[in-house]
Amino acid sequence: MKRYSVFAVAREALRDHMGWERAWASPEPKKKYDIIIVGAGGHGLATAYYLGKNFGITNVAVLEKGWLGGGNTGRNTTIIRSNYLQDPSAAIYEKSRSLYETLSQDLNYNIMFSPRGVIMLAQTEHELRGYQRTAHANALQGVTTEFISAQRVKEIVPIINLDGPRYPVLGGLWQARAGTARHDAVAWGYARACSAMGMHIIQKCEVTGISRENGRVTGVTTNRGDIGCDKLGLVVAGHSGHLADMAGFRLPIESVALQALVSEPIKPCMDCVVMANTVHGYMSQSDKGEMVIGGGTDGYNNYTQRGSFHHIEETVRALIETFPMIARLKMLRQWGGIVDVTGDRSPILSKTPVEGIFINCGWGTGGFKAIPGSGWGFAELMAKGHSPLCDQFGLDRLYQGRFIDESVAAGVAH
Amino acid sequence: MLILTCPCCGTTGEETEFHQGGEAHLVRHGPGSTDDDFHTYMFARENPKGAHFERWRHNYGCGKWFIMARDTVTLEVYGTYPAQTHEPPQHIRERVTAKRPGWTWRDVA
Repeated sequence: MKRYSVFAVAREALRDHMGWERAWASPEPKKKYDIIIVGAGGHGLATAYYLGKNFGITNVAVLEKGWLGGGNTGRNTTIIRSNYLQDPSAAIYEKSRSLYETLSQDLNYNIMFSPRGVIMLAQTEHELRGYQRTAHANALQGVTTEFISAQRVKEIVPIINLDGPRYPVLGGLWQARAGTARHDAVAWGYARACSAMGMHIIQKCEVTGISRENGRVTGVTTNRGDIGCDKLGLVVAGHSGHLADMAGFRLPIESVALQALVSEPIKPCMDCVVMANTVHGYMSQSDKGEMVIGGGTDGYNNYTQRGSFHHIEETVRALIETFPMIARLKMLRQWGGIVDVTGDRSPILSKTPVEGIFINCGWGTGGFKAIPGSGWGFAELMAKGHSPLCDQFGLDRLYQGRFIDESVAAGVAH
Repeated sequence: MLILTCPCCGTTGEETEFHQGGEAHLVRHGPGSTDDDFHTYMFARENPKGAHFERWRHNYGCGKWFIMARDTVTLEVYGTYPAQTHEPPQHIRERVTAKRPGWTWRDVA
């Protein structure tokens, strides 16, 4: 792999940019790997990367039925934050956020991490108390957040309307080190680094079956032939249930569509991320100037990747009250992603009933921010059999009634 | 947008008039059941890519619960039937089979 640097740019500028090589290879699958990861989204690629970087395991294949980063990694609103209430969540999300800070340097790939700050608006009395509690919890967890007054919110976001009448802004939970990143670049950067370590990223390779012997995984059947493995990691978000079915176990997961939309580009007007969870809406401004708006999840299971119209209507209606100046913006694009939601709205990073199969799913509406932390922990889980970041997120926690009940997540906004 | 007909009052309306209430035909396990049964009842869900049987309530209408068969991929509504039905009726199964040949209804324990 040739390093990207200012010298590389200068060198290529002098020879008509003919020397850039492909960022990652497209090899033919081998007969067998030590570890196969299913799903080349952010989480899958990050897992492979940390398997190589932290544990020296590089005989790894990442299989992807579509194209790399083409699922939810390319369909989210790119928000990164770690202001969670429960300790296990705060641990993994804060690990993730801190890894994001240096990820561009680690990967030698500009992921455009922008720690521009995230405000979560308190718009009801309950939310106000909830966020004050979260701010205290974060102080104990070592996550830097602050509960701020409505006036301070107005100073940070001048375009906001505090008065309501339906959704007055009463205060906010402010995390200054939270922000956004370029979502595709995260997947591309990890893919390039994995490929440089000699791992195989195999696109257009759909897993159609999982072979087992004596309760142990032996490999997968794909549309490009059978591939053997010692360990298998399923990191497929919305389709986790589908793959678990192939492996013969069930998951406490339901898949729903979550949608987002972007406006036409306008001049800079908001330099942080604002989340309004009461009304299921959140907004930031991209570097291109588009207002990126995320909405709520659909009210029923589906795999449609588009989402229902009335949810968009609700989100936009509420955001217009809070941000009157966006009322006349035209919307350019709208899309949906399939999110896998668990009973307690927290992810599953776990061993499974089948020996050698590990599962990383259930990130629901907030997976993007967790990519580096999830990869870090899941790689450790797959390599060593346990990981302090993942131990609380086992599949057995629901059975044991040991929920990680994230009211902050609430199956809504991330 | 889904258009569905309430089997209780016969009104046809679009989805905002109704509210989904989770998977239907779950077998209930309460006090005295095994931990496995209770866990399955509480958390395990079919989450199929295809025909899904689910409870809906006619919120802004007669207020009654009923069951609907719907496709999670195409969002086609296969039909609705009263909540007191223990398994999908034959005519609904036929309609699903016509669209998804080879489909089987699995018992949800």
